[in-house]
Amino acid sequence: MGRILEINGPLVKLELPETVLGEQVRVGRLGLIGEVIGRDGNTALAQLYEDTAGLRPGEVAEGLGWPLSVELGPGLLGAIFDGVQRPLQAVREQSGDRMARGVAVPSLPRDKRWRFVPDANRHAGGALAGGDVLGTVRETESILHRILTPPLMHGELLELAPEGDYTIEEAIGRVRLADGSIEKLRLFHRWPVRTPRPFKRRDHAVAPLITGQRILDTFYPLLKGGKAAIPGPFGAGKTMLQQQIARWCNAEIVIYVGCGERGNELTDVLEFMPELKDPHTGRPLMERTLLVANTSNMPVVAREASIYVGITLAEYFRDQGLDVVMVADSTSRWAEALREVAGRLGQMPVEEGYPAYLGSRLAAFYERAGRVETLAGAHGSVTLIGAVSPPGGDFSEPVTSHTKEIIQTFWALSKELADARHYPSVDWLESFSGYVGSAAKWWAENVDPNWESARAEALDLLSASEELQRIVNLVGVEALSSEQRWTLEAASLIKEGLLQQSATDEIDSFASPEKQYALLAAMLEIFRQGMKLVKLGAPARRLIQMPVLAQARRWKSQHTSDDIAALKTKIAAIPGEFDKLMLEYEQTA
Amino acid sequence: MKNIEFRTATSAQGGLLVMGGVPGVAAGSRVQVRDHAGRLRSGLVIRCADDAVLVEVFEGTDQLDLERTWVRFLDEPFKLPVSRDILGRIFNGAGLPRDGRPPIISGDRRDVNGEPLNPAARAYPREFIQTGISAIDGMNSLTRGQKLPIFSGGGLPHNRVAAQIVRQAKLLGEESSEFVIVFAAFGASHADARFFQESFAESGVLNKVAMFLNLADEPVIERLLTPRAALTAAEYLAFDLDYHVLVVMTDMTAYAEALREVAVLRGDVPARKGYPGYLYSDLAEIYERAGRIKNRRGSITMIPVLSMPSDDITHPIPDLTGYITEGQIVLGRELANQNVYPPVTVLPSLSRLMKDGVGKNFTREDHPHVASQLFASYAKALEVRGLAAIIGAEELGDADRRYLEFANAFERRFIGQGEDEDRSVYETLNLAWDLLSMLPRDALIRVSEAELAKYHKGVTA
Ligand SMILES: Nc1ncnc2c1ncn2[C@@H]1O[C@H](COP(=O)(O)OP(=O)(O)OP(=O)(O)O)[C@@H](O)[C@H]1O
Ligand SMILES: [Mg+2]
Repeated sequence: MGRILEINGPLVKLELPETVLGEQVRVGRLGLIGEVIGRDGNTALAQLYEDTAGLRPGEVAEGLGWPLSVELGPGLLGAIFDGVQRPLQAVREQSGDRMARGVAVPSLPRDKRWRFVPDANRHAGGALAGGDVLGTVRETESILHRILTPPLMHGELLELAPEGDYTIEEAIGRVRLADGSIEKLRLFHRWPVRTPRPFKRRDHAVAPLITGQRILDTFYPLLKGGKAAIPGPFGAGKTMLQQQIARWCNAEIVIYVGCGERGNELTDVLEFMPELKDPHTGRPLMERTLLVANTSNMPVVAREASIYVGITLAEYFRDQGLDVVMVADSTSRWAEALREVAGRLGQMPVEEGYPAYLGSRLAAFYERAGRVETLAGAHGSVTLIGAVSPPGGDFSEPVTSHTKEIIQTFWALSKELADARHYPSVDWLESFSGYVGSAAKWWAENVDPNWESARAEALDLLSASEELQRIVNLVGVEALSSEQRWTLEAASLIKEGLLQQSATDEIDSFASPEKQYALLAAMLEIFRQGMKLVKLGAPARRLIQMPVLAQARRWKSQHTSDDIAALKTKIAAIPGEFDKLMLEYEQTA
Repeated sequence: MKNIEFRTATSAQGGLLVMGGVPGVAAGSRVQVRDHAGRLRSGLVIRCADDAVLVEVFEGTDQLDLERTWVRFLDEPFKLPVSRDILGRIFNGAGLPRDGRPPIISGDRRDVNGEPLNPAARAYPREFIQTGISAIDGMNSLTRGQKLPIFSGGGLPHNRVAAQIVRQAKLLGEESSEFVIVFAAFGASHADARFFQESFAESGVLNKVAMFLNLADEPVIERLLTPRAALTAAEYLAFDLDYHVLVVMTDMTAYAEALREVAVLRGDVPARKGYPGYLYSDLAEIYERAGRIKNRRGSITMIPVLSMPSDDITHPIPDLTGYITEGQIVLGRELANQNVYPPVTVLPSLSRLMKDGVGKNFTREDHPHVASQLFASYAKALEVRGLAAIIGAEELGDADRRYLEFANAFERRFIGQGEDEDRSVYETLNLAWDLLSMLPRDALIRVSEAELAKYHKGVTA
């Protein structure tokens, strides 16, 4: 037993020899939990996950002997945990609507029985290696939870329980380890959150993550196993976009980490997820989702831990051979938590108060994303999507600029677009994706061989229009040639009829790849038909008044993804719309 | 321990007092400081070890010495006595009466720091509040349980707007407001405080208001306590007594400046513009106290007022506030100079809870689309206005000229309204359609064709 020497905000100095850096400590009469971040002589410096008010020098402290770890097993899905994996629903039942301190509730329910089905290929006497699948538990209708051997365990399987109902603490098997000792197997195991879970090797990411959002999937794709960032000033739509991804993406598991953001946003997710259906499986979304929540008013040290808790949970499902998406809102709050602790430690700040290791910590965190071959030989992935909240919306600040160097897909949100309520406010000029080549293969095979060129054509149009707009802003639209005016109009058609996609529009909230391509092709078809006419001498003024332009802008909200046929009929009719004018100008030409 | 006075001060400087050799002092506990003249001050333990305890003195350390300063450690955090009787009363920034009437006697004393709500206990706010102000109700609506600040600047009528909201706020279908009000002013001028007091008196609600005042010439450090005391009162009224509480706080900039002052004294590492890195978390502790709780009737709706230093919305105070609150109502100088009241600059204004609280089952089915269309059309109209300033309005095409007229009408008739004008949300929506009807139907693609057919008044296709 040690004792408290000094309390300074979330940091406490303890007289506690022999503790290890990273070790968990229990401090004071309230039994607050924290972790050791420094040693000096007989003292240990610890940061606590809970508010330290009321602690006194002289109160007891003890080392617990293990680092911050999470429990991994059935019971995770559909739950909401705090930044150190306390189950918030259960905590509420025990201690009421407000977060009382020192509450100890196990992360996974202890009394619940799960139907365990042993793996048919596992037999007593066989060799067992870390990551091997012992059997399965059908945790939710849509998710078959594979029970894994703890990653570092190797030995001989002595016994595996028959099919039956077990709590997570009951033994479902025994293993003889290399040193001859015998260990029990259970439905769950623990893993330290700051250590990446091992896998056999990294794989190439191959398939795009379909989010149903056109500006993302069609223009700046992300792959399953990829890394993306969503920077943007307040109110630009980072949270909405992440929620859209959590709702609609074709991953098997979604981990939503609310890191230092609003309580109501998590309530929102908790309320809509059970009601919405996964468009890919038809099951309630909550069955595949879990939340980690350290809201902005909760203690800052647990905020720093929360994204590690999230990513470890993600890796665990990856190790079962699943495709996992983790969204983190917002990584800036995590970085600020890091900064706050660094400041109290008196570490030298380098830029805007951030410690020198900000960049390397960020990089190491994003490195935990990826598509891998698991220890058991399956394939799984973790896709990581982090929101970034730059102060003043300035992308040159440290967190945004470091993140930009790490990720491959950059969805930059723009204040101007958000102000005009053009959502998602993803800036089509500032954003980028390093995955277009791989995505193109998938689109060519699964949707349309012309995807890549159509995408490029639309982007060219958008950047050409940016140039033209600059001229217009100086001298007015009359100064443009008809060709230029038509280009401008077509770009605006693409912005309004394709890029703009309201999350609140029931029909358009999700667009299948087929619908995305159909709309893209439609807008380009209108552009080409018009351009033909302009080249024949038709003035853009006349073209701009064509009713099809207003109509095409509404197509996205008139046809669901299941109703592509009707949309295609309209597209097929586009040339007809131009025929009358065409006739007129072909004659004069 | 509570009854022992220590006289072991080892240093005093800029609001901070260091006490030597007081073992076992609890972090965050309240202290009472008695100076050589017998005057009492209060303070807070912000750092403690057996050999040195750091105390923040709310009234400052002016005229303290080390030899004749006696300190008692009260062994508990700052607490506010709460009872129904706080309504109709005026307190100072630390929660003591300043209206000359006796202190609140109650066995129920609450830690002003509160405790964070368990996110799983929150109920999502969905009830539309009609403020009677078109720029708010029509485009940036307020919801019961929301935190929606007013971003303003020196000389702009934020107080009048806040007072108008307080006067007019009610749920749809209610005759008059069901709200009780908690009003907190920190660093406010006497004139501002008087303005609100008179406004409450005029509308006859004084007995429904609890006021917490720390004025511009009063102790700066006490401001760190004021919003916390006020919100403790609000939480009690909302979640113990089932009231719907409207909290108006002014001015968050004064609060943040006080925080910076203390942070500099403590030697905390600054992040931006000298503000400490924890400004975000600190503000969040305040703002996140708004909301609703499952299975409880009451609610806390928060309208903080904040002046943007040099009208700069990217300044850390509005910036961090915007990152925490559920939107913002931005007042602008340009409109104010043209005598538009309330001068709400709608484009940078936002209500994040609007999407879940207006429309079919809440206000009227066309409401979300109309709002979105107004934003789009007005944004476009401002572009045209910018162009007109360069090439001259006469050079504009026909369509563009219509946008120019739309912009002017929108600002005068939709945003602009009387300080006593209480528009129903239906009046607001009808007015919006009057204005949208100035534009061609084809240009209005954010409203549905059915809505166009039903509400658009223009003849042109
Ligand atoms: N895709 C979208 N469709 C419709 N509305 C949207 C969309 N994205 C954003 N919005 C609107 O913008 C508001 C702000 O979005 P959001 O809360 O996601 O911003 P944010 O970037 O996360 O801000 P902060 O950094 O402050 O958390 C939403 O409440 C919603 O009204
Ligand atoms: Mg957000």
